[in-house]
Amino acid sequence: MQVTLQVKRTDADTKESSWQSYTTELPPAGTVLDGLLQVREEQDGTLAMRCSCRSAICGSCNMRINGHARLACITKASDVSPNGAPIKVEPAGNLPIIKDLVVDFAPFWSKVRQVQPFLQPEGPPPEREYIVDHDAMVHLNPVMACIMCGCCVSDCTALEVDPTFIGPAALAKAYRFVADPRDGKQKARLEMLTQPSGIWDCTHCFECVQQCPKGVAPMDRIMATREIAHQKGVWSGTGARHADEFARTVGHSGRLNELTLLPFSVGVFNVKAQLQLIPGALRLVARRKLPSVIHRSIPGVQGVRRLFHAGKNKKEKVTATR
Amino acid sequence: MTLKFAWYPGCVSRGACTELYQSMVKVTSALGFELDELKEAACTGAGVLHERDHDLADSLNARTLAMAEKRSLPVLTNCSTCQGVMSGVNYRFQHEEGSLERANSLLRESGEGYQYQGATRVTNLLWALAEDLGLDELRSKVTRPLTGLRVAPFYGCYILRPKAHLEMDEHPERAELLQPVIEALGATFVDFRGQSKCCGFPILTMNRRNSLSMAGNHIADAMANGANVMVTPCPLCHLNLDAQQPDAEGVRGGGLGLPILHLPQLIGLALGFSPKDLGMERHVVPALDVLTHVRTAAAVSA
Repeated sequence: MQVTLQVKRTDADTKESSWQSYTTELPPAGTVLDGLLQVREEQDGTLAMRCSCRSAICGSCNMRINGHARLACITKASDVSPNGAPIKVEPAGNLPIIKDLVVDFAPFWSKVRQVQPFLQPEGPPPEREYIVDHDAMVHLNPVMACIMCGCCVSDCTALEVDPTFIGPAALAKAYRFVADPRDGKQKARLEMLTQPSGIWDCTHCFECVQQCPKGVAPMDRIMATREIAHQKGVWSGTGARHADEFARTVGHSGRLNELTLLPFSVGVFNVKAQLQLIPGALRLVARRKLPSVIHRSIPGVQGVRRLFHAGKNKKEKVTATR
Repeated sequence: MTLKFAWYPGCVSRGACTELYQSMVKVTSALGFELDELKEAACTGAGVLHERDHDLADSLNARTLAMAEKRSLPVLTNCSTCQGVMSGVNYRFQHEEGSLERANSLLRESGEGYQYQGATRVTNLLWALAEDLGLDELRSKVTRPLTGLRVAPFYGCYILRPKAHLEMDEHPERAELLQPVIEALGATFVDFRGQSKCCGFPILTMNRRNSLSMAGNHIADAMANGANVMVTPCPLCHLNLDAQQPDAEGVRGGGLGLPILHLPQLIGLALGFSPKDLGMERHVVPALDVLTHVRTAAAVSA
């Protein structure tokens, strides 16, 4: 089949970008990477890209294909080019471009290092090996499947507006140690991860879950880290208060009380933040959008309250046995 | 095909966005939907409850899904977030061993009598237009084609990702459904990169600046592509894109001012309702005059 690749090229020195189109012939199962390599070998030796294993193991060939982060080696050209439409190929997002499809991974690695990605057991080492609960390791297996390709980082919507965010790859890696029963630094890790630029800055957009080629589901790990932080009492700040107030109003009335959520989240004694909310609140009042001061419960709210009570009891039992 | 649904209006359409509730009632009725409102259903937890207590959040949603199951009706939502949370819960019940039993066990303890078998289909107004009503039928009901109105879509993350939860393998068209709906109403679809991204609402309290930057970027992007209005099936996106738009503009230093419509409002305009019928006076960014962009049939033929 004939394939047209529209490649976003960037000059290494000037950093100026432009689109260049290449047409090449591929077998029916040919991948985007096959196409790019063919172009480089037969048409244009100056086209820069990274690749190595061609089997989705090394994680080198992360690039944006038709707008989304993909490993080019496992992306069949026919899948992304229905009816022979041109395939748009761009460098990975959220990392500085070095040349063409090659990006600088230095910020990526510095964030991974920031979460101390190694086991830190406490106390004297056991005489033989560390014995670990089977289920705990089965639970961690998918997280350990991460190949550090950066597909999640490329499409992270929080990183797009804030390069200081630790980001999905490093936070998934952090969870791998937070949830490892052999690690002795869980509390210190949680304290670091709940600081600004950490787990509370994830915007819950699922891009990383969708784009990860290995099923790591970084965002789910970030949410699981929040859940452990709650269990372990590393629970302060706006994010924690927001979750508490959310749960409190739903558990009491069956539905969210939008009127109290914002002021309680920023902190009732945080005068500066409360003052910041006033213009927005006045705008809502002017448009009759401010929810009623009388927050009505849903019919049959008793059932919801009993359900929350049962959930709380069960969770306390589970936490006590851990 | 029957158009009877167990309607789940969600918290926001009864709180800060009552214009969504109002327009949803008018528009679904005009399209021939029959809605049985789940008045005793609780909040889905919007993903927030899940990060605090996963099993409790699952069972709270199982309670809602069981209510619809009892009525033998599919759930209809008008909120991308409600859709995504309930789809995620349903997916887990089908694929994660023991999860449904854990949810039902908590429901038993609450003593309300609800037990969920796992059979409830969850859909939303956008999908139902294409899959239950049919876009040809929608087109046939249009009395005021929105000719000339340039509409930028904004989906909301939960209605797009993760694809597995939302059965996108079987329904790949769901990822781009706002385009044919906008076109069925006679309006012009405005393509822009941010349409499938995050509005920033979930971190509004945690990182206000980042949240407002996201909203501002998407609005500016849509405007740069010539949009007169933006339409969203998600009221949480609406809150960040409309109610917070003046602050997002502040972060950017100006240049915004795009009316944001709820999906049923856009449909309502094409069905002949007035902006006031659809509660459009309750928007922060003035939206009452959006029809001035619509060219009448006479003007088009001239």
